[in-house]
Amino acid sequence: MREITYREAIKEALIEELERDDQVVIMGEEVAHYNGAYKVTEGLLDRFGDKRIVDTPISEAGFIGLGIGASMLGMRPVMELMFWSFSYVAFDQIVNNAAMVRYMSGGLINVPIVIRGPANGGTNVGATHSHTPENFIAYTPGLKVVCPSNAYDAKGLMKMAIRDNDPVYVMENTLLYGQTWEVPEEEYIIPLGKADVKREGSDLSIVAHGRSTITALEAATKLAEDGIEAEVVDLRSIRPLDIDTVLESVGKTNRVLLVDENKPFCGVSSQISHMIQLEAFDYLDAPIRRVTSIDSPAIYSDPLEKEQLPNPARVDKAARALLEEVSV
Amino acid sequence: MATKKTARASAGPVAKAAKAKINSSLSDDAKIGLLEEMIRIRRFEERSLRAYQQGKIGGFLHLYIGQESVAVGSLSVLGENDHFITAYRDHGHALACGMTMNECMAELYGKVTGCSRGKGGSMHFFAPDKNYWGGHGIVAGQTPLGLGLAYALKYNNIEGVALCYLGDGAVNQGVFHESLNLAALWDIPVIYIIENNGYSMGTSEARSSKFTGSLAKRAEGYDMAWESVVANHIYVVREATDRHVRYAKETSKPVLLELKTYRYRGHSVADANSEKYRTKEEIQNYQDTMDPINVFRKTLIDEGVIDEDRVKQIEKSAKDEANAAAKFADESDFPSVDSITEDVYWETDNPDQRQSGGRMFFHS
Ligand SMILES: Cc1ncc(C[n+]2csc(CCOP(=O)(O)OP(=O)(O)O)c2C)c(N)n1
Repeated sequence: MREITYREAIKEALIEELERDDQVVIMGEEVAHYNGAYKVTEGLLDRFGDKRIVDTPISEAGFIGLGIGASMLGMRPVMELMFWSFSYVAFDQIVNNAAMVRYMSGGLINVPIVIRGPANGGTNVGATHSHTPENFIAYTPGLKVVCPSNAYDAKGLMKMAIRDNDPVYVMENTLLYGQTWEVPEEEYIIPLGKADVKREGSDLSIVAHGRSTITALEAATKLAEDGIEAEVVDLRSIRPLDIDTVLESVGKTNRVLLVDENKPFCGVSSQISHMIQLEAFDYLDAPIRRVTSIDSPAIYSDPLEKEQLPNPARVDKAARALLEEVSV
Repeated sequence: MATKKTARASAGPVAKAAKAKINSSLSDDAKIGLLEEMIRIRRFEERSLRAYQQGKIGGFLHLYIGQESVAVGSLSVLGENDHFITAYRDHGHALACGMTMNECMAELYGKVTGCSRGKGGSMHFFAPDKNYWGGHGIVAGQTPLGLGLAYALKYNNIEGVALCYLGDGAVNQGVFHESLNLAALWDIPVIYIIENNGYSMGTSEARSSKFTGSLAKRAEGYDMAWESVVANHIYVVREATDRHVRYAKETSKPVLLELKTYRYRGHSVADANSEKYRTKEEIQNYQDTMDPINVFRKTLIDEGVIDEDRVKQIEKSAKDEANAAAKFADESDFPSVDSITEDVYWETDNPDQRQSGGRMFFHS
């Protein structure tokens, strides 16, 4: 099968949906003439023209709000945030409008908007530019959150997100954009809320999402050299959440390690951990462990940022510690 | 009210500015000092660009090359009770207020000897001891903070102003307009300086702002004084800033001042498109005719204040200083792993004086 980058896969999803539905428009800072800050929208302006591919001023609250309004009238805007860190400028629109209009109107109005862009640390851009806010979004009922960990998933999930009738936040990852994966030529979609076992194993379950899945897979390969077989479950979307696939894996391995670029306090892994102990307590041979970002703002300095984020070495260490714990 | 006129880049405004007391009273040494300051900033930036290309600096590096007359000129008229704050293109302001090349370069390298101890990086320089309240990464996020600095001065009956720098792209953020309204409504002595270099990333002013005759004219909607000037001559920047600083102090009212300038490099060093959204000729033309360093050097030569040999000496020592700073940064240590969770809460760094119970940090 052909291999394409994560970036190209997302672009293909956008192109296919732009062609399929004339209510889809792409909007954001530098998405058109500049071809996208991260080149995800490269060439789209030439292909679809400036009615469909629209540059905005630096006015996040304004253009995200505009997208929400347009979606209320049936459009399917796909809004790019140059960095998820900047979504905070638009947070009122996201949380008070996108998430709540449907509820407050008693289901009269749908908000089929997609908000997408890179979220993450690891690029040495300091505290204000390195947020990983999927927990903020997932916290809010009414919003959906998708975190693709590879090109195949990114394409299938993005297409589904655009067709979804609720606001969907697709959190991409700057560090993955240039990496390649196998992606078929034929059209496919991936439903939201379907986790994926990325590696089968019997000794422990590593549950991750987004780039943390790649970190987990790297660590799992290393652990296998010592005969430790880790199963890696990729959540793919945080809301809807496929906890059943996670529980199934726990039933098989009896030990869980959560890898999550969120901070530990009130992060995504806090929720997963709670649900596992609630529904699979009897299957656990050891307490659930987590590898998260260190609980502080993102540090600029490169070697320290690498340490601050989940990395294969930290996952390796936590996995071994988990296996050493004996149940009584 | 301050004058509401857009000056043109003719000899007129420069000659007029040169005669203003703030400039005419400058000693020869002080004039040379201003030129030196601009040259130091440029050499520092060029050296940091090289370090970036060598992979010694990570993340973003937004260079100030071409805009030197703005930071050096406007900051040079401030007094000890005046404060300032800026966005992420912050190296020029840092050096202009007296921060050392060593601490600035070391910060770019992510070293513990950096001004923010390796925690802030290029976009987050701070020197509160020099009345410099930072480098801020979110576009327009600093604009209400600048308002707050001036508010605190007024609250404490301190005769001072706050300068708050922003880019032409930042004027389209809601928070900027909220800041202007509050400043005008409450008579806060803040001077917003739009460093209009014509572009926000790859978007020209004309493609991001509806009314482009003067971005500063938006102040009229808030009944606020404003002015737009071509800012490549440091005398013009000094004269305008000084006049508005005095106005703000006398009246306790805000000002919106637009300083028209230009950036030579891409939005950041990583901006692969830097020559796609504007022509090479446009950049070259500005460099040839408007460059703030060349223009001021020529003025000082014409005034008989300096000769070419002296300029060469200044160039050389600025270059040496920048190289030494790079060496200093290179040889400095990275911060320790323990320091990742320092500087988050005051109480964790001062456990003896801790005031609350409960845990501050959570581990995975
Ligand atoms: C809220 C927010 N949105 C987007 C960005 C990304 N970004 C950083 S700088 C910039 C352009 C700003 O241009 P301008 O204000 O004109 O300042 P200049 O770069 O010209 O100094 C953009 C879009 C950001 N940092 N913050």
